[in-house]
Amino acid sequence: MLLAEQVLNGLQYGMMLFLMAAGLTLVFGVMGLINLAHGSLYMVGAFACAAVAAWTGSFWLGLAASLAAAAGAGALVEMLVIRRLYPRDHLDQVLATFALILVFSEGTRWLFGSFPMYLTLPPALSGAVTLPGGLQYPFFRLVIIAVGAAVALGLWVLITRTRLGIRIRAGEADREMIGALGVDIARLYTIVFALGAALAGLAGALVGSIQSVQVGMGEPVLILAFVVIVIGGIGSIKGALIGALLVGMTDTLGKAVIPPIFARFMEVSAANTTGSAVASMLIYILMAVVLLVRPQGLFGARG
Amino acid sequence: MTMSRDLIVNLVIFALLVAVAVGAEIAGQGFTVTLATKAAILGLAGVGLNLALGYGGLVSFGHAAFFGIGGYVTGIFASHAANGDPITTLPFTLMGSNEMLGIWPMAMLAAAVAALLIGALSLRTTGVYFIMVTLAFAQMIYYFAISWPRYGGEDGLSFYVRNKFPGLNTLVPIQYFAICAGLLGLALLFTAVVTQSRFGLALQATRQNEQRSTAVGIRATPVRLTAFVLSAMITALAGALYADLNRFVSPSMFSWHMSGEIMVFVILGGVGRLCGPVAGAAVFILLEHLLGPVSDHWQALLGLMLLAIVLFAPGGLIGLVLKALRRADHV
Repeated sequence: MLLAEQVLNGLQYGMMLFLMAAGLTLVFGVMGLINLAHGSLYMVGAFACAAVAAWTGSFWLGLAASLAAAAGAGALVEMLVIRRLYPRDHLDQVLATFALILVFSEGTRWLFGSFPMYLTLPPALSGAVTLPGGLQYPFFRLVIIAVGAAVALGLWVLITRTRLGIRIRAGEADREMIGALGVDIARLYTIVFALGAALAGLAGALVGSIQSVQVGMGEPVLILAFVVIVIGGIGSIKGALIGALLVGMTDTLGKAVIPPIFARFMEVSAANTTGSAVASMLIYILMAVVLLVRPQGLFGARG
Repeated sequence: MTMSRDLIVNLVIFALLVAVAVGAEIAGQGFTVTLATKAAILGLAGVGLNLALGYGGLVSFGHAAFFGIGGYVTGIFASHAANGDPITTLPFTLMGSNEMLGIWPMAMLAAAVAALLIGALSLRTTGVYFIMVTLAFAQMIYYFAISWPRYGGEDGLSFYVRNKFPGLNTLVPIQYFAICAGLLGLALLFTAVVTQSRFGLALQATRQNEQRSTAVGIRATPVRLTAFVLSAMITALAGALYADLNRFVSPSMFSWHMSGEIMVFVILGGVGRLCGPVAGAAVFILLEHLLGPVSDHWQALLGLMLLAIVLFAPGGLIGLVLKALRRADHV
C-alpha cells in the first residue's frame, strides 16, 4: 500500500517535470536554443499565481494569471533578448540566459521580498480521496497527474494535428524553406517560446501550491528538466514524457526504498544518511547509464 | 604585432593585480589585499576552465564540481590534522595534514579522478548535451555533499587555522596573496606552454574543425579528455586555495551558481585569452564590492551588464581593449 502511494508520488513528480521539460525540449528542437532562464519562467508563474490568488482570493484566477504572466514574460524576453541568440553558439546562449536568471531572480526579490509565499487550495481541490484498495491520497496530487497527462495529449494533438504543429515541425526540419514559403518565422518562434513558458509557469503554480513560492525555486527543477531531456533525447516531446516519468519514479522510489535496504546490513541511522545520499545520486546514475548505451538519448535523433 | 600586443595586455593585467595588492598592503588596507587574493584565486579557477572551454571548445557547466572537490579535500585534510583521526584506514592509513604542499597534490589528484570519470561519460556527447551533462554531474556531487553528514552536510565544514606553507606565515594577508598569485602565475605559464605545444595545437584543431583534425590523424576524444582533466586539476587547486582563504568549505562551492560564475569570469574577460579569466574575476570582484553596498540587487545589474557583453561585445573586456587599441592605431 505504501508502495502504491510512492508510485503515485513518483507519477506526480514526473508529470510536473514533464511540464518543465516539454517547453525546454520544444524550444531546443525548433529554435536550437538552450534556455537556462526556463526555471525563471516557472518562478514567474508561481509568483503570479500566489500574488493574484492573494489579491482576488480566487485560486482559479491565480492559475490563469500564472499562464498569462509566464507566457507574457516569455514572449517579451524572446523579442528583446532571445531572438538575438538564435544565430549564436551555445556558449553565448548559456551565458545570456544565465544573465537573465540573475535579472529575473533579483527583480522578483525586489518586487516580492525574500520570504516564501504560500498558496491555499480551494476546497474543490483540497482534501484526500480514497482510492480503490483503501489508500487515502491527496486529491490535488491526482489533479497534477491529470493536468500533466492532458498537456501531453494536448501537445501531441497540437504537433501532429494542427496547422501550427505542421509549421513547428517544418521549422524544425528547415527554417529557411518555410520562411521562403511565407511563414512568419519570427512570430512562430515567439509563439513556441511563449507556449513553453506558459507550461513552465503552470508547473510553477501547481508546485507552488503544494510547496512554497520563493525566489530560486526554479533552478533545481530546471536542472532536473535537463536530466530529463538528456535521457529522453533533446527535441523529442515523447522523450520528455518518458524521461520525466523515469526520473520522477526513480527519484521517488529510490528515496523510499534504498534506506530500508541499506538498513538490512548497517545501523538504522547510518543507513538513513548513507541511503539518502545514494538515493539523491540515483537519477544522475540513470542518466550516466543512458549516456553509455544511447548518447543521443532514448528518443533523440541527433548525436 | 597582435601577438606581442596580447602579451603586453596579459602582463599588464597580472601586474595590475599584484600592484593593487602590494599598494593596499603599503597603505595598510588589509581588506583590499584579501579582495585581490580572492580575485587571484577565482581567476585561477577561470584559467582552469579556460583551458577546456576557450582552447578546447568544451563548454563545461560543471567546473564547480572540481572547485568544490579541491575545497573539500583541503577541508577534510585540515580537520583530520586538527583532531588526529585518520581520514581512512583502508586500503592504507591516510592521515590528515596541514601542509599546503601535501594537500594540493591530493586535491588535484581527487579532481583528476572525478574529471576522468565525468569527462569520459560527458565526452560521449557534444554541444548542448555536453553542457547539460556536465551540469548534471556537478549537481549530483552537490546533492551528495548536502546529504552526506560526515563532513558537515548542508552546514559545511570549518577549520580554524589556515594550512601551512614552508617559510611563510599564511595568516598574513599579503603572504597568502603571494602564494595565490604565484600559483596563478605558474598556471598562466603552464597554459601558455601547453597551448603552444603539439598537444595544445591538436586541442585547438579539434575545436576549430573536428572532421579535418580527424583527417590529419588527431583522435579528438583522448585529446579532449586530457584537456578536461588538466583543466579540472587547475580549478581544483583554486578550490583548495579558496578553502584556505575562508577556512571554511560548504556545498555552495559545488553549486551550479559557482559553475556559472567561473564561466562568467572566462567570458567577461574574453574566451581563449590567457589572462581573460583573471581580468574577468577581478572585474567581477570589483563590481561585487562597489555595487554591493549601493544596492542589494547588484546581481540584477551584473546580469544586465553580462547580457550587454554577450550581445554586443562577444570578445569580452580584453577584446574591447584590443579593439580600442587597434582603432587608436588607425587614427
